[in-house]
Amino acid sequence: MNAATDSPAAVAAVPAATPAPASRMARAALWVGLAVLIAAPFIGLYPIFMMTALCFAIFACAFNLLLGFTGLLSFGHAAYLGVAAYTTGWLVRSANLSPELGVLAGTLLAGVCGLAVGLIAIRRQGIYFAMVTLAMAQMIYFVLLQAPFTGGEDGLQGVPRGTLFGVLSLANDRALYYVVLAVFVAVFLGIKRIVHSPYGQVLKAIRENEPRAISLGYDVDRYKLLAFVLSTTLAGLAGSLKCIVVGFAALPDAHWSLSGEVVLMTLLGGMGTFAGPVVGAFTIIGLQNFLADRVGSWINVIIGAIFVVCVVAFRRGIVGELNAWQQRRRGR
Amino acid sequence: MEIFGIPLQAFLGQLLLGLVNGSFYAMLSLGLAVIFGLLGIVNFAHGALYMIGAYVAWIGMEKLGINYWFSLVTAPLVVGALGVLIERTLLKHLYKIDPIYGLLLTFGLAQIAEGLFREQFGVSGQQYAVPELLQGATNLGFMVLPNYRAWVVLASLSVCLGTWFVIERTRLGAYLRAGTENPALVQAFGINVPVMVMLTYGAGCGLAALAGVLAAPVIQVTPLMGSNLIIVVFAVVVIGGMGSILGSILTGVALGLVEGLTKVFYPEASSVVVFVIMAIVLMIRPAGLFGKEA
Amino acid sequence: MKLTRLSAACALTVAALAAPAQAQVSGDVIRIGLITDMSGLYADIDGPAGAEAIKMAIADMGGAVAGKKIEVLVADHQNKPDVAAAKAREWFDTQGLDLLIGGTSSGTNLAMAKVALEKKRVFISVGAATSALTNEQCSPYTVHWAYDTVALAKGTGNAVVKAGGKSWYFLTADYAFGSQLQADTSAVVKAAGGTIVGSVKHPLAASDFSSFLLQAQGSKAQILGLANAGGDTINSIKAANEFGITKTMKLAGLLMFINDIHSLGLKATQGMYLTDSWYWNRDAETRAWSRKFFEKMKRMPSSIQAGDYSAALNYLQAVKAIGTDDADKVLAHMRKTKINDIFAKGGYIREDGRMVHDMYLMQVKTPDKSTEPWDYYNVVETFKGDTAWTTKADTKCAAWK
Repeated sequence: MNAATDSPAAVAAVPAATPAPASRMARAALWVGLAVLIAAPFIGLYPIFMMTALCFAIFACAFNLLLGFTGLLSFGHAAYLGVAAYTTGWLVRSANLSPELGVLAGTLLAGVCGLAVGLIAIRRQGIYFAMVTLAMAQMIYFVLLQAPFTGGEDGLQGVPRGTLFGVLSLANDRALYYVVLAVFVAVFLGIKRIVHSPYGQVLKAIRENEPRAISLGYDVDRYKLLAFVLSTTLAGLAGSLKCIVVGFAALPDAHWSLSGEVVLMTLLGGMGTFAGPVVGAFTIIGLQNFLADRVGSWINVIIGAIFVVCVVAFRRGIVGELNAWQQRRRGR
Repeated sequence: MEIFGIPLQAFLGQLLLGLVNGSFYAMLSLGLAVIFGLLGIVNFAHGALYMIGAYVAWIGMEKLGINYWFSLVTAPLVVGALGVLIERTLLKHLYKIDPIYGLLLTFGLAQIAEGLFREQFGVSGQQYAVPELLQGATNLGFMVLPNYRAWVVLASLSVCLGTWFVIERTRLGAYLRAGTENPALVQAFGINVPVMVMLTYGAGCGLAALAGVLAAPVIQVTPLMGSNLIIVVFAVVVIGGMGSILGSILTGVALGLVEGLTKVFYPEASSVVVFVIMAIVLMIRPAGLFGKEA
Repeated sequence: MKLTRLSAACALTVAALAAPAQAQVSGDVIRIGLITDMSGLYADIDGPAGAEAIKMAIADMGGAVAGKKIEVLVADHQNKPDVAAAKAREWFDTQGLDLLIGGTSSGTNLAMAKVALEKKRVFISVGAATSALTNEQCSPYTVHWAYDTVALAKGTGNAVVKAGGKSWYFLTADYAFGSQLQADTSAVVKAAGGTIVGSVKHPLAASDFSSFLLQAQGSKAQILGLANAGGDTINSIKAANEFGITKTMKLAGLLMFINDIHSLGLKATQGMYLTDSWYWNRDAETRAWSRKFFEKMKRMPSSIQAGDYSAALNYLQAVKAIGTDDADKVLAHMRKTKINDIFAKGGYIREDGRMVHDMYLMQVKTPDKSTEPWDYYNVVETFKGDTAWTTKADTKCAAWK
């Protein structure tokens, strides 16, 4: 058994193509979800928790753009979240930049890092690509560890909330929550747009059968690289926002265990669907939050077990399974 | 005497320590390369298996009075059996689908193992005594080298070369290599390929456990010892070439030495130098130093 | 239909921003929270036993004060400052936490101090060492209770230099605590006429100290200053013995607790100097309290665990005295009241947040002099009152200058 790279059979085993056109039930579910999110601070949900979950939802959506829609597994995605978080944190705290500029800078820098890594990694395929991205991410991690301005093990502490555009004070948890929610909705819709665009169609073609796409004349490396950069940029956006929310940038933000977690969020929620990563992110963050001081290290065991179960028996993820069940019902 | 402004003593000392580390890298990447070569699985659980091997030795010592020398045999057997179990129940479902699932499954298994041991033992680690025969140290002039570390280098390099010999120079190894290239044909010849695959995974896990037992007296036995190492070992395997046995052994030792060297001149970079080298190698020779282009 | 939903969303948003912030819930319960390392390299010196010590304080107050029940919350920060800060914030926001006690690890305590300042609640740091808590990062809501890097430096640093250790090489844990301890000790050593030859930083909870120790040996300094703690100190000392470093250099453990000595044994540590804020075998009163602790935890308390007890006790006594748990009022009362309990006699809280009390320079006994398990120290010198701490002339706390 050779290391299968992109044999058609192997790739086709990656779950469903573009999600089926949203049924009425699916669309209603999306609206209900949005309504809950909008009402969250009033129905007793802790805003900091919700914002953290939303940031990770953005992270997972960005990751899914690469894995679910382009078929590329990047195993070091947390590095971009971390780079952006530290950049934003330092600019806002020590250079007194306003939050929106800080977030912008962090996001852009994450994209630049993504470009650098992508240029090296994109030549490789399948499992090698994953390994290369992992190792590159480790380099970034160690740079962050050693760089004097990051504070090493202590992290970058005391990042102020600031005022958005000079008018809206973000010190109020609720105000910040709606800003984060707005960004999340924009990212969600933006990814939908990208996937449904002609560019997105080419990505889908590349994911399903790369040799055929090449033979049709597409410069697949360029398309993949662009997807990679987009994905890392959005991952950076998640990191920058998170830094403003918790007032902190720390090493775990860039650690490979977080890279593993985002894979799980996407897998559990449903690769290749739109709502999947969001569902996965909220589930995992919710689990961690709820179980944190109740079960000690069992949380690792639970996360690992979910991984194993998902890979062996539940590859379509929550939303994927729901979609499939929907289709079966309609088909009857 | 000084080299580039660093006294020779410091140089040789760090190089020797680097050689010790390199032996561990070689053993672990060997197991990974064997598993990847035959099963196509990137065994993320390798670090966890190494950790479990060390704990089997420690538990054996504490609760059952099994001494170090017996543990060198019992730990690989126990963990090898665990590996066989994993292969039979979980991994075999994944051979026909995208290899990333193998990576993710073993990642999940590693998390489970780490979580269970953390729950049981905490994070701060247990001490494992150096066996009496190997206690004490030798004054080499430029440094004092604990005898145990010398033994580690000897033992791991012997195991590595022994494994290489089996795979490259014996009939069994020939079957293994043939099974990698064309399992259907090999099966047609009457070789039981599924059993061979199962035992190979078990053997790879056993190798990891052996490394764990060797490591136990050197570093503390903690649930995190595997995850601290695994990424570096992956980098070693990628640099060496993902299916190449000899590549992983040589690269492992070489990288240990390079790390040691880096500690002399620029200690902070020692953790990152492996990845820098990996980036460079991948740009020049994408298949790794000894690998065959996939 | 879409438009209606959109406008409804907008209306909600505006209403949300205009609404006044929800009043902080204090409820009828006094909540004390301990965030510390429960499972890692510092778990023995504070950890779950620290939580037990706090419970002992609550029991000694009768379980309730000023008509309100007392509850303890415990969390593991795993030595990660972001986890500590997030947990502290969550407890202040959703659990009405009244007193936050900071466990081990300086990085986490600095982060928690910031959160307590933002939320204007009482924060007593017991387990952390960094003197920054009462200097650059001093705050009206932070009280630093047990010990700090300045006291450690003045104590052990001076003692070792006086005993002949003039040239130093540092092995430092690479985070806030290690750097601060190295800095403070270097200042003391230089002032006493010693020299600093060099230093090397090791990652927190490092697994293998061999390469760092080789570098230390190459420096040819007389003293190897261990600017680390807990499991790191234990492993450094073990490795130093293994590699024969102890034949050419003397080890100075700048922060050591009785649990470390217990782990390493008297043979490996005899003669070492250490500075600490409390010793269970100091006098009859401490012995009595420690035996009660021993019955529960099967080991003698460290100074941090005694500090947890003392901090909780004094806070509760203040709340009892003034009948409210309002942070500013409680702190004002605590600042006016002397601390007289098993931990300290005649202690008081200074303007910079430092709880001033006696510190002790101790030396580890030789095995033949130890009369019972845990009988490990001789008290060599007592630093009375404010002699061990940062002076007004040196302070970097703006509020105290």
